[in-house]
Amino acid sequence: MSAEIKEREPLFSAKNMKLIKNPINISNPITVQVLGICSALAVTAKLMPAIVLSISVIVVMAAANVIISLLRDGIPPRIRIIVQLVVIASLVILVDQVLKAFVYDVSKQLSVFVGLIITNCIIMGRLEAFAMSNKPWPAFLDGIGNALGYGIILVVIAFFRELLGSGTIFDFQVIPQAFYEFGYQNNGLMILPPMALITVGVIIWVQRYYTRDLIEKN
Amino acid sequence: MQEIFNIFIKSIFIDNMVFAYFLGMCSYLAVSKTVKTSVGLGLAVIFVLGITVPVDYLLNEFVLKAGALAWLDQSFADVDLSFLSFILFIAIIASMVQLVEMIVEKFSPALYASLGIFLPLIAVNCAILGGSLFMQEREYQSLAQATSFGLGSGVGWFLAIVGIAAIREKIRYSHVPPALRGLGITFIITGLMGIAFMSFLGIKL
Repeated sequence: MSAEIKEREPLFSAKNMKLIKNPINISNPITVQVLGICSALAVTAKLMPAIVLSISVIVVMAAANVIISLLRDGIPPRIRIIVQLVVIASLVILVDQVLKAFVYDVSKQLSVFVGLIITNCIIMGRLEAFAMSNKPWPAFLDGIGNALGYGIILVVIAFFRELLGSGTIFDFQVIPQAFYEFGYQNNGLMILPPMALITVGVIIWVQRYYTRDLIEKN
Repeated sequence: MQEIFNIFIKSIFIDNMVFAYFLGMCSYLAVSKTVKTSVGLGLAVIFVLGITVPVDYLLNEFVLKAGALAWLDQSFADVDLSFLSFILFIAIIASMVQLVEMIVEKFSPALYASLGIFLPLIAVNCAILGGSLFMQEREYQSLAQATSFGLGSGVGWFLAIVGIAAIREKIRYSHVPPALRGLGITFIITGLMGIAFMSFLGIKL
């Protein structure tokens, strides 16, 4: 065979770039694929934990995609779920220990949600759908792309919830004191869990309004 | 006894898995199109939570906690294996789900057929792992408390998914703005249901 004559695909070809770009908008894991909502919403009352969780997910997801993609020919299909869970769980343990060591306060705030990255459907979903049938490099890009798409939504939600709910960004007060003296009040409801859901609903609304293809036919 | 009952009620209404912690949202959103399938999935979740939380409690108590290995030998008294809890909990859950799947397939083929793909998916339902992790974090005192917490969380999840499925069946007949149709409106309804459930915060237990 003339395998060596075949031109190697450049690392950042258009096809590969798509793997990163698509999940950020038209196939966003949260608003379109509906994956990974579980751990997404509870940590978004403040920006800091949301960003830390996003970074953790990016790390776990890229690494898990690469590992599974490398192992993909050796995994018997019947036990693949267990194998995937073990790989993800080990990576999450690593992330958890690192968080505990370096940002202990945030790690306390995230409580069980670091552990819940294991069952974050977006990771399992991408492993099943992409990493099991693709080479490591595209799998790596796919992981980064999807985790970024997830992170962006998380940060947007957290931004609005923290701004409207506590009047702060990264714990710095951004709403001028004069507003409060005029009788402006923080919207305490934004801090409570149900508003995270409604915020996601509104984000989906805005996104679909501008991206007509995504509208569901009933 | 009263303590156990309090934990049960608290985990159904006040610390509801879906509305207070957003756990199990993926299957909650994907499976809530009709009441019938959501009842099946809800029952499966109650069942699996009712088994895995007590099992993980025993595991935590006798293997993982700091000093838990002291019953083996005094020299193990300062061993702390709690960093292993994620991987062991998920292993227990995956094998329990496998077991439940086999039992259901053997004794109730009709239920098995109607649950279909959802049963194995329970293994990666965040509500299940979340149940075990919360159990560990809140340090329940006895096996009975852990069991009632597991069952209560399952019932809470069941109520949530059956409720949203009933609403979604009806909302099909109303005029929702096109861009909100389907997913968007489901999120907003869940948010409103969450606000309704917050009224239970007033219960003093």
